[in-house]
Amino acid sequence: MTAPALTESEREAALALGDDALILSHRLAEWAGHAPVLEEEVALANLALDLLGQARALLSLAGDEDELAFRRDARDFRNLQLVEQPNGDFAHTVVRQLFHATWQELLYAQLAAGGGPFAAIAAHAAPETRYHRDHAVTWTLRLGDGTAESHARTGRAVRALWRFTGELFEPVPGLAGTDPGGLRAAWTERVTETLRAATLPVPEAPPPPTAWSAGGGRRGIHTEPFGRLLAEMQHLHRSHPGAAW
Amino acid sequence: MGTAVSAEPERARAEDFERTIAADERIEPRDWMPDAYRATLIRQIAQHAHSEIIGMQPEANWITRAPSLRRKAILIAKVQDEAGHGLYLYGAAETLGASRAELLGKLHTGRHKYSSIFNYPTLTWADVGAIGWLVDGAAITNQVPLCRCSYGPYARAMVRICKEESFHQRQGYELLHALARGTGAQRAMAQDAVDRWWWPSLMMFGPPDDASPRTAQSMAWKIKRHTNDELRQRFVDICVPQAEALGLTLPDRDLRWNEERGHWDFGAVDWDEFRAVLAGEGPCNEQRLDQRRRAHEEGAWVREAAAAYAAKHPAGAAR
Repeated sequence: MTAPALTESEREAALALGDDALILSHRLAEWAGHAPVLEEEVALANLALDLLGQARALLSLAGDEDELAFRRDARDFRNLQLVEQPNGDFAHTVVRQLFHATWQELLYAQLAAGGGPFAAIAAHAAPETRYHRDHAVTWTLRLGDGTAESHARTGRAVRALWRFTGELFEPVPGLAGTDPGGLRAAWTERVTETLRAATLPVPEAPPPPTAWSAGGGRRGIHTEPFGRLLAEMQHLHRSHPGAAW
Repeated sequence: MGTAVSAEPERARAEDFERTIAADERIEPRDWMPDAYRATLIRQIAQHAHSEIIGMQPEANWITRAPSLRRKAILIAKVQDEAGHGLYLYGAAETLGASRAELLGKLHTGRHKYSSIFNYPTLTWADVGAIGWLVDGAAITNQVPLCRCSYGPYARAMVRICKEESFHQRQGYELLHALARGTGAQRAMAQDAVDRWWWPSLMMFGPPDDASPRTAQSMAWKIKRHTNDELRQRFVDICVPQAEALGLTLPDRDLRWNEERGHWDFGAVDWDEFRAVLAGEGPCNEQRLDQRRRAHEEGAWVREAAAAYAAKHPAGAAR
């Protein structure tokens, strides 16, 4: 594929969004064979596949998809720290999905409308992001307003993942016509509405990322579990330099 | 209900059943059927469903390590399809009066079996290709005749499943083809995988005909259309030229063309190994069942939450 020439900041933006999709897809695919019910084997794989498709489209805009996925080190990845967080229990996975999909749906709607190099990919992905959010909302309601145990687990997941939500609203240079910071109000309103409907406590406003707290993903600062994710993902590819698969 | 009254209609229904089978027509869920026919089908369909579900594990083992994004997408889609096949098949079994929960319970407690093949480990990436080519190839050889099975819901499930399986099989073959045409290390990986998966694939057709007690009845009911040995021979005949096209060898020194029979002769399957694997002594039996049971047990609170939510919100819970 001959990619249209991107500016340097557009290329960074393609990596940021492409890495988000790649890494979240990887985490979701780790569920294969472990889901709580067969229907969720299908659903989680479906989410993972959608995201992998988005990752491939975005990374291909920035360069060679496999070179970028398998031959960069952790410091060169630009994904949000949120998406690299380990799956934890099903509630943890659902809440991570809720936070990400709500953000992605808003962002991709803007991108699709904004023209620019990502408009076509975002337009293609928009129905997927709606389905992902719908899936996450449905399960947040069931788990939050299900049993005492599911309520407690989901509350813990919200508290544990909340500190990674500030970075969702960091500016991403190169995303023409969009402003992640401007999504904060709509994101907070939607997430709050879902958490309330799920009878879950709503945390305070998302914390702004600082150098020492969660939120350095866009600058290549990641959390400890990320290195192991890459070690597993890249091992085979790196063991056979130059091989075609 | 007086037996005197129902004896006559019972006989008429039995004759109707026999006539339907003889005419190669389909038995449907509301039709009368012999208890043994129902029981045989529930067992066979359930064990087929269990095989799809357990069969996700050896391949899912490589999803997080797939060496290219294209291969990773293909593999995730394949494992997703297998979960879907499990769902269709449990659905087909439920038309016979079983319930998915009860059938899964039998899988988890070892009262039901699943295909012996999934008790072998996936040790390298090439195993993913060997499973696609050989294991899915054997499954298709077994399942295509099931598309004409006398029980309608099973036959229809098999039509859908066979289409997807053939697609997976071609992808597996293509994966091996890329390795066989790749670097020396890739080629060695492909040959090693074929060496390890060939004989277990031949075992997928079940015991030899003289040791397969249920075959005669299943053929009379037109659940089964060919014997185990006939299907095994068909599979060998298909695979030999495919292996040649790949430039890989099959690990059988007795493999040679028999002009007289018009078939490939092949060596003896190790039936002791087959029996050991079926009895739970294969390399991964414990691991496979443990993972399945763990997923089910660790997911119990999720299923309970969904049920509790549905009870609280009867209108909003439908999905």
